[in-house]
Amino acid sequence: MKKGGIFLAVMVCFAFAPKTTSAQERVTSSWTTATVSGQGQPRGYVEYQKFCSACHGEGIGRPGTLALQAKYKGALPALLDKRTDLTPQLIKMYVRNGITVMPTFRKTEISDADLDAIAAYLTRNNKP
Amino acid sequence: MRVPPGVAPRDFSDVIKQWQEAVGKDWVFTSDEDTDLYRDSYSPFWHEDVEPVPSAAVAPDTVEQVQAVVKVANTYKIPLWTISTGKNLGYGGAAPLLGGSVVLDLKRMDRILEVNDKNHYALVEPGVSYFDLYRYIREKGLKVWIDPADPGWGSLIGNAVDRGGGRTPMRDHFDAHCGMEVVLANGDIVRTGMGALPGSKTWQQYRYGFGPYVDGIFSQSNFGVITKMGFWLYPEPEAYMTGTVAVPKHDDIIPLVANLAYLMNSGIILGTTTVGSPLNFVRDPALAALRAKPGGASSQELEQYAAEKNLAYWSIELPFYGPKKIVAAQWEYAKSRFSAIAGAKFQDGSTTTFPLPPGAPIQFPASVAMGIPNLAVFGVGSARSEGHIWFSPIIPMTGEAVLEARQVFESAYREMGMQTGPMFFLGPSSNYPRCFLVLFGFPIEHDVDKNRANREHFRRLIQIAAEHGWGEYRTHTAFMDTVMDAYSFNNHALRRFHERIKDTVDPNGILSPGRCGVWPKHLRKASA
Repeated sequence: MKKGGIFLAVMVCFAFAPKTTSAQERVTSSWTTATVSGQGQPRGYVEYQKFCSACHGEGIGRPGTLALQAKYKGALPALLDKRTDLTPQLIKMYVRNGITVMPTFRKTEISDADLDAIAAYLTRNNKP
Repeated sequence: MRVPPGVAPRDFSDVIKQWQEAVGKDWVFTSDEDTDLYRDSYSPFWHEDVEPVPSAAVAPDTVEQVQAVVKVANTYKIPLWTISTGKNLGYGGAAPLLGGSVVLDLKRMDRILEVNDKNHYALVEPGVSYFDLYRYIREKGLKVWIDPADPGWGSLIGNAVDRGGGRTPMRDHFDAHCGMEVVLANGDIVRTGMGALPGSKTWQQYRYGFGPYVDGIFSQSNFGVITKMGFWLYPEPEAYMTGTVAVPKHDDIIPLVANLAYLMNSGIILGTTTVGSPLNFVRDPALAALRAKPGGASSQELEQYAAEKNLAYWSIELPFYGPKKIVAAQWEYAKSRFSAIAGAKFQDGSTTTFPLPPGAPIQFPASVAMGIPNLAVFGVGSARSEGHIWFSPIIPMTGEAVLEARQVFESAYREMGMQTGPMFFLGPSSNYPRCFLVLFGFPIEHDVDKNRANREHFRRLIQIAAEHGWGEYRTHTAFMDTVMDAYSFNNHALRRFHERIKDTVDPNGILSPGRCGVWPKHLRKASA
C-alpha cells in the first residue's frame, strides 16, 4: 500500500505537474551550465556533473538527492559530493547495478575510466 | 558466453572477432557482467527465466562501423536489437525483446552535426541526449529550444522513432523530424527526403524529397538502423505564459474539452496540457469516505463537495508560446470562449520571458514545457519505487470520451481487484494533436507473483481498450505482440503488410526481431 501511494506521487509529477509538487531552482545551477563551468575542473567533477548531478545535484528537483534525504534523514548528507564515507567499490556497484528507480549505466555511457574519475571525485574528502 | 538463438557457438565466435576488428575490442561486450548492463532496469520479468537477456552487445562509433556490424550479422543471421541512449525506461530500457539478441548500442554515436538558429533545425546522431543538445545550445548561445521528453537522458532519435511526446509546440517528436539516414539490413545506406539528393542544401528543411515518403516505416519498426536524423527546433520565443480555467460541474468537461480542441486545432494553443480535477489532490477523510461508499461518490455529491470547499470540478492549465503581446491576447481570447461555461473561473499564470537571465527561477518538472530537460519525473518517493511500466491508450479529444474512458477503466480495475484511487487515470494530456493520451502506471517490483499478475492485468486492459476503440500509442516490449494483435482490421492486414516489408528489406530477419509485433518469417507465429 505504501509503495503504491508513493508510486502515484511520482506519476502525479509526470502527468499533471501540479504547482504543489513542483520544485524551484535557479537557471545557473548544475547541468544547465555544467560543460561551461567544468573547464579547468578535475575530470571526475566534470563527469559527475554530466552524468550524476541531474539526479544527485543540489536542489529539490533532484530525485536522487530527495531519495537520500528520505533515507538518511540528515544522518548523512543527501548530496553525494558532500559525503566522506563512500568507497569507490560502493559507487561503482550502484552505477553498474542501479538501485530503486536508478537504472544501470552501461560502459558506452559511463566508461570504466569515467567511473574511476567519478569515484575519485566523490571520495576526495575521505579521511585516510 | 551466451549465444543468440539458432546460432552455432563457433559461428558466434567468428562474428565476435569480426566485430572486434570493425569497432575495436573495447566495444564488443560478451561477459555476463557487461551484457547484464543491458537488462531492463524496470523489467516486468525480474527473477523469471522468461526475462529476455542479450547474448552480447556491440557499440559502433561511426556509420561505417554500423554498416560493418550489420553486414556481419546479416551473413551469420545474428539478431540485433538497436538502442540509442538505452534509457527507454518503462518501455523496455536497453533490453531486447527476443532473448539472446545482440544489442546494437549506438550511444557512442553522439555527434551534434548541426544546429541552425536561423531556420531552426538540428541534425544529430542517435547517442545525442536531450541534455547533450541543451548544453550545446546554451554553450553556443543559440536562439532555439529543444523539446525534451520528461526524462532528459533520452535520445532525440530514439524517442522520436518510438513516437514519444513532449510539451512545447514541437511536442510530437516524430512529426518534428526532417530527414533521416538509415543503414539497411544488407549494409546499404539510405538518406530520406532531400537527403537523397547529393549535395542537397535542404535536407532538414523540406521533408518529402521526391517520390514515396518512407520515413514513417522506420518508426516503431525494425526495417533499418537510423544513424542520423534531422529535427525542427522551436525558435526561442519571447514569452511563455500560462492561464488556468476552472469549471464547477461534472458535465462541464464536455464544453471545456470542446473549447480546448477548438483552440488547439486553430493553432492558438500549441503545447501539452492536461485536463485534471482539483478534487484528485484533496486529502480529506470526508472526501475519501464519500468515494469509498458502495457505488462510489455520485457526480452530484462531488459537485456539492467541491462547491462547499470552493474547489473546481475540472481545471486545465493552458500554455501559450510567442511574443508577449500575442500570448496575452491569446489568453484573453481563450477566456472569452471558456466564459460560455457557467461558473468558469480564470487565473492568470506566470509569464516567463526569454532568454532566461542568470539566476532566474525555473520550476521542475514544469521546465520541460520551456525546453529545459531534467530528471525530476523520477521524483518523490524514488527511494521505494523499483520502476514502472506504462499502459498508454489514445482516446478522442472530447469530454464524452474522457468520461467514458474513466468509467470503463475504473470498472476494469475493480473487476481485476486493482486499486484505483482518485489518480489511477493520469491525463488526459494533449501530447499529440487532435487526441488525448492517458497513462496508467504499473509499479515494477522484485516480486514474481505481483509482476505476473500485473502482466495479466496489463494485457486485459489492452483488450478492454480495443473493445472500446482505443489503442496504445506505444508499449513495453513485453506487450508489443498483444498491442499489435489489437490493430486487427481486415484480418490483421496492417501487420501482414508490415511483414511483407520486413521480408523484403530484411529477409534474414536480423534487425530488432519482434519490435512492435513485426517478426521475421522464421520467428513468425501463425496468425489468428
